[in-house]
Amino acid sequence: MAAALNIQKGTSKLSAYDLRDPNADIEERHTLAVIVDNEPGVLARVIGLFSGRGYNIDSLTVAEVDHTGHTSRITIVTTGTPAVIEQIKAQLGRIVPVHEVHDLTVEGPSVERELALFKVKSSGEKRVEALRLADIFRANVVDSTLESFVFEITGTPQKVDAFGELMRPLGLIEMARTGVAALSRGT
Amino acid sequence: MTQMTGAKMVVQALRDQGVEVIFGYPGGAVLPIYDEIFQQNDIQHILVRHEQGAVHMAEGYARSTGKPGVVLVTSGPGATNAVTGITDALMDSIPLVVLTGQVPTFMVGNDAFQEADTVGITRPCTKHNWLVKETDKLSETIHQAFHVATSGRPGPVLIDIPKDVQFATGTYQSARQAGKGHYSPRVKGDLEMITHLVEALETAERPIFYTGGGVINSGDAATQLLRELVDATGFPVTSTLMGLGAYPASGKNWLGMLGMHGLYEANLAMHDCDLMINIGARFDDRITGRVADFSPNSRKAHVDIDPSSINKTIRVDFPIVGDVAHVLEDMLRIWKSRGRKVNKEGLTRWWAQIAEWRKVDCLRYRNSDKIIKPQYALERLEALTKHRTDRYICTEVGQHQMWAAQFLGFEAPNRWMTSGGLGTMGYGLPASIGVQIAHPEALVINVAGEGSWLMNMQEMGTAVQYRAPVKQFILNNERLGMVRQWQSLLHGNRYSHSWSEALPDFVKLAEAFGCKGIKCEDPADLDDAIQEMLAYDGPVIFDCLVEKHENCYPMIPSGEPHNKMLLGDDTGEDAIKAGGAVLV
Ligand SMILES: Cc1ncc(C[n+]2csc(CCOP(=O)(O)OP(=O)(O)O)c2C)c(N)n1
Ligand SMILES: [Mg+2]
Repeated sequence: MAAALNIQKGTSKLSAYDLRDPNADIEERHTLAVIVDNEPGVLARVIGLFSGRGYNIDSLTVAEVDHTGHTSRITIVTTGTPAVIEQIKAQLGRIVPVHEVHDLTVEGPSVERELALFKVKSSGEKRVEALRLADIFRANVVDSTLESFVFEITGTPQKVDAFGELMRPLGLIEMARTGVAALSRGT
Repeated sequence: MTQMTGAKMVVQALRDQGVEVIFGYPGGAVLPIYDEIFQQNDIQHILVRHEQGAVHMAEGYARSTGKPGVVLVTSGPGATNAVTGITDALMDSIPLVVLTGQVPTFMVGNDAFQEADTVGITRPCTKHNWLVKETDKLSETIHQAFHVATSGRPGPVLIDIPKDVQFATGTYQSARQAGKGHYSPRVKGDLEMITHLVEALETAERPIFYTGGGVINSGDAATQLLRELVDATGFPVTSTLMGLGAYPASGKNWLGMLGMHGLYEANLAMHDCDLMINIGARFDDRITGRVADFSPNSRKAHVDIDPSSINKTIRVDFPIVGDVAHVLEDMLRIWKSRGRKVNKEGLTRWWAQIAEWRKVDCLRYRNSDKIIKPQYALERLEALTKHRTDRYICTEVGQHQMWAAQFLGFEAPNRWMTSGGLGTMGYGLPASIGVQIAHPEALVINVAGEGSWLMNMQEMGTAVQYRAPVKQFILNNERLGMVRQWQSLLHGNRYSHSWSEALPDFVKLAEAFGCKGIKCEDPADLDDAIQEMLAYDGPVIFDCLVEKHENCYPMIPSGEPHNKMLLGDDTGEDAIKAGGAVLV
């Protein structure tokens, strides 16, 4: 069935495509890395594509990564059926300032990290418990007052989620997340 | 390195790109460019009456020549008026370069007079667009714009040029000096996949070529190769509305157009085939009908230069990304080198089956000697003009458009200009002027509906000014016929706002514009009236009063599969089921 999917040979190190049913209705989560010219409007083009065609964006980050080549890397986490994921990649690929589209989820093992800041307001036992959990999660205290902490945590989105869940009953009042940055492992 | 103003650069870059004609309308934000246009003679400027008209003219020019069309309009309302045309070109993959003026850079974002966020508004309806903020970047951007518009899947691009950038002086780069950027779509198809497809061609019992506008966009080589492949294999061939003319209508393997108003034999062959070879078409919803029941027993191949077209709606077994001409060349070569095999017995049975379907005679209609039937009008137009190899046909949108596609035959590519993807009423009249400007000696006819024609009728002024002898052949049913047809099939004959109570007198209108008007309402007079139109050396508005209640068949109701086609005799009220009613 691999032929029925529009996949160029060699893009899949683990031949994960062969394992996927192209007609499945099951939604998958994919992390895409999109290398674009760093020019005005390029982010609007990418976001406009997702909203115009009704695709999901779970997370999106962007920053210039090659100063001399003026290219930026946009990391998008999206969900969709296998057919929709293939469409998303093809549609991204036809945006003129897009150089490359990588599906990190199928191209082999990859690492994903996200940074988050959590503001927790509490006192007494709760305040101590928050600090103790932060230690377990290797979160740093980057600001403290007598009744609040701001924790900084880095990790997979799942780890950040888990930490947030634990902080909720302990006085979480505000949070900020960067969204996912991701790279494939190895060279 | 030559120094010049931005305005001069625009003209110089167009000249460098070999542009001969531009379609435009002036205004404050493009005055420096108009001043440069005034001072030269290489590029002809056609002054339109409305910016939408300029874009459709450029589309007509582009479709009939294969070259990109160029448009120049002012900021704000000039740009917004162009949006419909730009979207039309995007949907039908027509290469256009649209230049818009913008308020000066230091006023951008201040709600200045006639400021609009043109790149923002046109981002989703262009293939790419640019706001040029420095004169030094202007010429390079224009050259890149031509490259993007014409390579890969063609489409409209737009360059927004603030007025201070037009006035300032900068360095001009020629087309050769300017970089093309990294944009270079792949044109060669995967040879392994093409070989698999050839293997399938050799054994298929019920194959069909399903061709589209991509063949025409690919160029003359693609048309030649398609004809060679079809004739050598003996396979039947059908085409979308966009692809008419790539394979000649007189060719022996021609089944006629497919789709919602396509021919019975073409649609049933699509439904029953065992191998479908899609070349440069995109499985549009006008073609597939209900996707789940689309050609259920076939293996499918899809050749397309745009990877996002493949597997978008219909999963295919042989996906081939590449330019049609390149892929067809490889396909033919491989098929020949493997001994030119086809399944002869299978094909014989297949053609026998097609002959059965043809007996249905799906385009039959009840003629009348009292009133002109629209089908009859087109049959006569065809009979009286088909000997003209330089005949170009444009249409508006509606029933007349579908009848034109059914009843007129196209022997060559680039002779048929119609708004397919967007279905833009008001396309045909300006498009016909664009075609005529490109081919001054040719016979250019716009088959129109009276409703659509009124949408851009101001462009008759342009036709008269530039002595473009376009023939406006209006099938006047005094109805928004296609809307009426849907209301009769879907909304219990409640004809809500689908007719006009105050149509103009088209003959007087012609006189007012300074051209010729002809009115015909008796079938007995029709031939003479058409001859009079053809003989007149100038623009003509032909008001052909036709039967007001005719419906266009065959028709696949929305949401139905190909084998649930309505023919002329079944005019049932509940022909469209509830599920299909929500579709357009
Ligand atoms: C700009 C625009 N508005 C509305 C429509 C919807 N529409 C499709 S066909 C049609 C009627 C066209 O009437 P006419 O031009 O007289 O052609 P006929 O169907 O009568 O041949 C309408 C309103 C459209 N396609 N384009
Ligand atoms: Mg009408």
